[in-house]
Amino acid sequence: MQEQRGTYNVKAGLAEMLKGGVIMDVTTPEQAIIAEKAGAVAVMALERVPADIRKAGGVARMADPRIIKSIQEAVSIPVMAKVRIGHFVEAQVLEALEVDYIDESEVLTPADEQYHIDKWQFNVPFVCGARDLGEALRRIAEGAAMIRTKGEPGTGNVVEAVRHLRRVNAEIRQVVATPESELPDLAKELRAPLELVKKVKELGRLPVVNFSAGGVATPADAALMMQLGADGIFVGSGVFKSQNPEKTARAIVRATLHYNDPKVIAEVSEDIGEAMPGLEMATLEPKDRMQDRGI
Amino acid sequence: MKIGVLAIQGDVREHVHHTEAAGAEAVLVRLPRDLEDTDGLIIPGGESTTIGMLMAEYGLIEAILQRTRAGTYPIYGTCAGLILLAKEVIGFSPARLGLVDIDASRNAYGRQIASFEVALDIPVLGPQPFPAVFIRAPKIQRLGPSVTPLAWHHGDVVMAEAGPYLVSSFHPEMSPDLRIHQYFLEKVKKLHEVAGVS
Repeated sequence: MQEQRGTYNVKAGLAEMLKGGVIMDVTTPEQAIIAEKAGAVAVMALERVPADIRKAGGVARMADPRIIKSIQEAVSIPVMAKVRIGHFVEAQVLEALEVDYIDESEVLTPADEQYHIDKWQFNVPFVCGARDLGEALRRIAEGAAMIRTKGEPGTGNVVEAVRHLRRVNAEIRQVVATPESELPDLAKELRAPLELVKKVKELGRLPVVNFSAGGVATPADAALMMQLGADGIFVGSGVFKSQNPEKTARAIVRATLHYNDPKVIAEVSEDIGEAMPGLEMATLEPKDRMQDRGI
Repeated sequence: MKIGVLAIQGDVREHVHHTEAAGAEAVLVRLPRDLEDTDGLIIPGGESTTIGMLMAEYGLIEAILQRTRAGTYPIYGTCAGLILLAKEVIGFSPARLGLVDIDASRNAYGRQIASFEVALDIPVLGPQPFPAVFIRAPKIQRLGPSVTPLAWHHGDVVMAEAGPYLVSSFHPEMSPDLRIHQYFLEKVKKLHEVAGVS
């Protein structure tokens, strides 16, 4: 029998296997090992975590392949990496490096202001950010096999992550409650393909896995996003910008698993040191808002 | 019939769906007490390192091993579940059950880009091929004498059983075909009939 690689089933399937887990940003093999030992289900290989990208300013690009390779050699869990929105050649490079998932990410400086990558052209699966249902469905139409709500990366402030997940969920409820005959109009309003809107109505959820990202800094933040309905958690700067990354990583993994058990969350939150310093949204200039990129 | 689905991490939802569609009640297992009324257990796909370490921390390895002592508690492990049931593992494996006499090597087909689906001949399920989804799948490198192979792909054993235990490298819960879940439920039923007589 003929094997088929890179099918949508296989791409979306890996995301299904990550559900209930925590994916951590790492910049060195040592950090990747800390993440794996803490129970992360995957790592995101980066040159800088979002908080440092924010600080450094300038153009943020795909990581040096050497960093990605050294992290792939260090751990056995899946390794993801980021490309600039629309930069399909960076994506070709990551596919050649055999990363397990490509994040077409607003954390990096967009390379194309109009088009996202045509993700159907790749055998490696893609995850993309979204602030609302229409955005999520547009990315899925382009071939994304996993979604993460955007939040506001590198802030250590969970407020935007909450806003985006609540908005996606509210819009899903609206789709479910809308009669079939009115869906074409709603699809137009959402700026999303009708077929995918119908699929959302049928399933009562997004057709792919939806993680929460952008601002999770504590175990309670992670459990909050899980209770709001996230399938899993991306932690960017939250682990390695905290006072004690080992303890914070372990605690966030355990709070994500036992998100409905406040006793466990209390237990794991104890004595883990200070969380990363946070940023108030009102202090961000419009140009510093990563979530508004690539919508 | 109540089947526990280990719900630490991974594609729990899909296994719950298939277990219920195949005619059993599915119970989410997060803590040892959740095992109490179950007649069998499914260990889903996910990251075996994460699942194993959290099973150990919350007392699940011990609790499951205790339940299996009589040899009549059936367990089905898919992908990560296969690794957690294997006696020996090649690659990082912080904790596992080790109930099936096989050596498993993790991610043996390669990284995600090598993941695939294929129509697989599985003689015990009848002549119709089974749509098997392999995602960063493990390989069984050695089978002990107590282990019966049930399916092969390019010469590698990808599904096997040993007494009350069933393992597959691939994910039957990722395709709509229910036959492997039905096969497992049948196994659970038979084991309980035998146990009921004794």
